[in-house]
Amino acid sequence: MRPLVRVLEGIGSTLQLLVRAASYTPTLPRQFGRFIEQCYLIGYTTMPIVAILSFFIGSVLALQSGHAGQNVGYKQFIGALVGLTMARELGPVMAAVLLAGRVGSAIAAELASMKVYQEVDALETMNIPPARMLVLPRLAAVLAMMPVLTIMADLVGWFGGAIVAKYTHFISIDPTSYFANLRQYMDFSDVLNGLIKAEVFGFTVVLVCCNIGLNTRGGPREIGASVTRAVVTSLILILVLDFFVTKALMGD
Amino acid sequence: MPTPSDLPLPPAAAASVTLEHLSKSFGTFEVLHDVSLSVTPGEIFVLMGPSGSGKSVLLKHIVGLEQPTAGRVSVDRHDASDPTTREKVRMALVFQAGALFNSMTVYDNLALYPREHRLASEEGIRDKVMRALQILSLENAAHKVPAELSGGMKKRVAIARALVMEPQLMLYDEPTSELDPVMSATIAEIIATLKEQYHVTSMVVTHDRDLALGIADRVGILLGGRLVFLGPPSALSQPADPRVADFLNPRIDLQNPRFKQLET
Repeated sequence: MRPLVRVLEGIGSTLQLLVRAASYTPTLPRQFGRFIEQCYLIGYTTMPIVAILSFFIGSVLALQSGHAGQNVGYKQFIGALVGLTMARELGPVMAAVLLAGRVGSAIAAELASMKVYQEVDALETMNIPPARMLVLPRLAAVLAMMPVLTIMADLVGWFGGAIVAKYTHFISIDPTSYFANLRQYMDFSDVLNGLIKAEVFGFTVVLVCCNIGLNTRGGPREIGASVTRAVVTSLILILVLDFFVTKALMGD
Repeated sequence: MPTPSDLPLPPAAAASVTLEHLSKSFGTFEVLHDVSLSVTPGEIFVLMGPSGSGKSVLLKHIVGLEQPTAGRVSVDRHDASDPTTREKVRMALVFQAGALFNSMTVYDNLALYPREHRLASEEGIRDKVMRALQILSLENAAHKVPAELSGGMKKRVAIARALVMEPQLMLYDEPTSELDPVMSATIAEIIATLKEQYHVTSMVVTHDRDLALGIADRVGILLGGRLVFLGPPSALSQPADPRVADFLNPRIDLQNPRFKQLET
């Protein structure tokens, strides 16, 4: 019973934080500096790792599908397969998982540390709501940066697939045919589908990590526990939401 | 160089504080039991008591960081547990450990409040911040981050940050711990100046008996979460309550049998 109560408490406090942060949206223009700083941390510093992993995800997708396809004769569809899989599924999921591991953990650690060392209390006594100063710029920044990260993941993944398709002897599809096939079976709605998912995942990850960080109680040891909880919760939510958002976007 | 008498504060209506039958429990542990007192505008009230007697928890109730289990705390007749009270009454709490923002420089720590509340132009903010830093001999630390400061310097930065807020009510949690006697005297001068020149209400939680006797209009003593003494500092010279006498004049017993067994 107690774990269920804790889950419900977590959902309740996360939604409360969302409402509080949203109520300060009009203050966003004068927090432009903080927004840009968070865009840098959430977007720019995450790009290299998203690029590296997407390249190899795209490569391995081409490799696996090419290997299976040579027996059943669909290897000419590798372009479409890699393209659709990256755009609709792996691009947004990869970007969100990396966001949780790299940025979500840092957010949870920073806010948990601020809570434990009474910096959050100091903000409250100064009548500076933590939801306004610490949460809102991060939420706005993740909404701005997730499409960038996802489009980059898609493009690099497609490119990785193209290279593997060309230089793997049992596939040997030149990039022109690969991208022609990709364009034939894809349209903008597939990319848009992925971007919507990425926004939902990224927003959820940052909101959950902020909430767990700000609700840290106890001493410095709890900072580590909060980071673990934030990352694990984020990963679970990404995959659970993936199913439901995909279903909703399919109009099911 | 500015002195405490040059504090950059505008005249502001001092705030009153009232505690009515305040009790606070964490789980089954009762930290405060039926504490009632009132602090009048412009008064310096010093709260003393041994570690763990509930002094800091009491201060947190006044700024709304803790909610009473029973009873009521009000500041200028506004319920302290209502977050909007902080918009109506300007309160500053100097935390025991400083609670400085570790990701910001000392300058930005001090400038945060006036910037967030748009109290002055950037130039005006710089004047206020630099003057507060000079009063506490911190002008060379303006561009350092808290991690580069000693414990005493952090405490001084926390006091400077509170001064920049130009509060109607100043709450100090152990303001002179970790400070040398000269800096402790400066803090005492600041508290006294805030009262004399600007009529600021101050509540000071301290173990420092000299500070308490030197600046207090009234003193309260908390023992085990209960207010066992409330009166002027002069009444502390011969307290009627033996518990208060023991707290203020602890005997050092070199033959204490509790520690005999430690000897080999």
